[in-house]
Amino acid sequence: MKHEQAKKYGMVIDLDKCTGCGACMVACMAENNVPFKEDETNKLDSITWMRVYQLTNGKPFPDTDICYLPRPCMHCEGDHGHSPCVSVCPATATDYSMDTGIVSQIYTRCFGCRYCMAACPYHARYFNWWDPVWPNGMEKYLNPNVSPRMRGVVEKCSFCYHRYQLAKDRAFMEGRRELEEEEYQTACTQACPAGAIVFGDLNNKTHRVHQIVQPDPAHAGRPKNPKAFRLLERLGTNPKVYYLSSREWVRRSGDHYLPHEGPGGGH
Amino acid sequence: MFPFNFEWIWDMSHLVFMGGLWFALTILGLGMAYCIIKAVIDTAQGKGGGHH
Amino acid sequence: MDDALFPKGVKRCPLPEFLMKLGPVVALLIWGVVAMLMCWIKGLNQTNMNDAYGFAAWIWADLTVIALGGGAFFTGFLRYLIGKEKLKNIINFAVLIGFICYSSALLILAIDIGQPLRGWFIFWHANVHSMLTEVAFCLTCYFGVLTIEYLPLVLENRQIDRVPFFHNLTHHMHEVMPLFAATGAFLSFFHQGSLGGVAGVLFGRPFAFREGLFIWPWTFFLFTWSAAAYGPCFTIMLAKITEKVTGKRLIKDDVYDLLAKIAGWMMATYIVAKIIDTWYWATVTAPARGMTFMQFYSNNPLYGIWILILEIVIGGVIPAAILLTRKGRNTPFALMTAVVLGVIGVCVNRWVMVLQTLAVPVLPFEGWPMYYPSWQEVATTLLPVAYGIILVAFSYRYLPVFPQEAELNPIVSEPAAPPAPAPDTDAEPADAELSPAQA
Repeated sequence: MKHEQAKKYGMVIDLDKCTGCGACMVACMAENNVPFKEDETNKLDSITWMRVYQLTNGKPFPDTDICYLPRPCMHCEGDHGHSPCVSVCPATATDYSMDTGIVSQIYTRCFGCRYCMAACPYHARYFNWWDPVWPNGMEKYLNPNVSPRMRGVVEKCSFCYHRYQLAKDRAFMEGRRELEEEEYQTACTQACPAGAIVFGDLNNKTHRVHQIVQPDPAHAGRPKNPKAFRLLERLGTNPKVYYLSSREWVRRSGDHYLPHEGPGGGH
Repeated sequence: MFPFNFEWIWDMSHLVFMGGLWFALTILGLGMAYCIIKAVIDTAQGKGGGHH
Repeated sequence: MDDALFPKGVKRCPLPEFLMKLGPVVALLIWGVVAMLMCWIKGLNQTNMNDAYGFAAWIWADLTVIALGGGAFFTGFLRYLIGKEKLKNIINFAVLIGFICYSSALLILAIDIGQPLRGWFIFWHANVHSMLTEVAFCLTCYFGVLTIEYLPLVLENRQIDRVPFFHNLTHHMHEVMPLFAATGAFLSFFHQGSLGGVAGVLFGRPFAFREGLFIWPWTFFLFTWSAAAYGPCFTIMLAKITEKVTGKRLIKDDVYDLLAKIAGWMMATYIVAKIIDTWYWATVTAPARGMTFMQFYSNNPLYGIWILILEIVIGGVIPAAILLTRKGRNTPFALMTAVVLGVIGVCVNRWVMVLQTLAVPVLPFEGWPMYYPSWQEVATTLLPVAYGIILVAFSYRYLPVFPQEAELNPIVSEPAAPPAPAPDTDAEPADAELSPAQA
């Protein structure tokens, strides 16, 4: 394993294709045993590893335009693994893997201080305010590869890391070291009916995600594709989730701009 | 916290941080030990008695 | 009834009256304990915190009580390391307040974490790069220091002091106290700073993020500085309140004057630094992230520019100006106004660094989430207040907290009264005989 080239798994989401159907959210919840409440109206304390936002250009009819933006964990690399949440966790319960670029969460070590949630500007981290309660019989349908979380700990999107582990195990049994692109895909990627989500290794030039985004290693992975952008690029979080849009207002919705910066003024 | 914890790394951060911590704890521990031992000796010698 | 336990040469109210007066406080304490147990048993769903407000009233209370408890380390630093001897007349009280503040902070943290039984992970699996780890280590160690500093006072109770071992132990602990105080100051400089670092390192939160020196953001230094400035204000405020409640003068004016003067200078220099920091943040740090200053103070129902004025001008510039003038320090009303405003100022500072930091929308398509605490949060936050009042009351009743009390309040009816009182003088010489344990 030592001779493997480091991976940097990432995602690109084409917002022109996303219809906001929410299939990615459902797939994510089912795949990762995400608990839910009887009443999910209060979104501020319900858990959605993948959350679809609705953006609007704020213009009146007939110029109104909307866009749906799915938001998983960004798996920020920050500056050499110094992602916002990993650097602050006091108990080393979350870690940035230099081998995969995935930000992990160790549920059994998290003691629920929620500092990582305060650190994450994307609201990608969720706290278990309650113990999970599954409707009768549903326990049988939980994913056996993902441990359910207990009350009082933080959880978040793992890029379906268990799928990576399974794929690695399978490859190992077949005497291979490297995974094919399609061998490791997240649940949301596979569930998206519009094919808006592309997932793969940003370091691997043969992977579609690399080809679409064209990350610039000289500029902390900033996309060379003019249609691509990252959320809150200016904060220096260096996320590994990219978005694509042909619409200028959508791309500008991903970050803050001062009034004199760029066309159309600030937000 | 201890070198035998698996996440321990022998790097500057750990040495400075944990060094500071153990240094402070040592001072407090030795300081209190000194006070208690001296008090035991004094008491054995019949000093004190609450009338000062 | 319990006269034999009182410190020498002082008068206390009868025990039933004392206990009766504490009744409402005990009720408050019980309310807090009930809420605390609910949080532990039922979990943090008992609070109004949510995924936008992972930190809320409790963390604010934590940061605030630690800042206010800063009076202990700074007074200790001045007394034992700088050699301001006069402060020995207020150091006991400062230590007591510090002890209450820090034990409260630890208790609140124990309620605040989602898995309290795993609290020890912060030590065992310590991430040395996290500011919170540093806070936890130093806070716990410094609480140990405060316990060591408070212990001799407990042992100086008239009856306990009769036991030769305890008498000797107290004597030797006073001997070593400068060493403990130095360790306490060392720990305090770091954990007070780290609490500032907790917010300052959040580079994903443009409201809180600050550049800095090496690994320390500017907030690191500002928090230590402000704790040293405002902590003594809180000590003075509570000492004055204790005087009001007991109807006695307990500390001479020159002691207040000295501490207030030092606090005034610390506050004045701090507030200048804070203004520079705010200016730099508003004109350089935040704009570099595409955000304008007014973005942090508009489009929401609570956080207007008023909060910045309240913190910096009303809670900083004004009290500093009062404390820097002799007239201000020596006029009881002005002094009280200054210390109260100072306490408000530091409370507001800690509030914005925790709550406003989280309220400001960072994703451009999100709005301001608002928060108000649940009754369980309020009750558990008031719990330390009740506990503090009770501990102060018992300490005052049975321990020689105020070395100057007997001199300032001579018991006239006793035939063998102490030497002639000198209530309003600034004279020092009488101190030695008044406070044997402090000598």
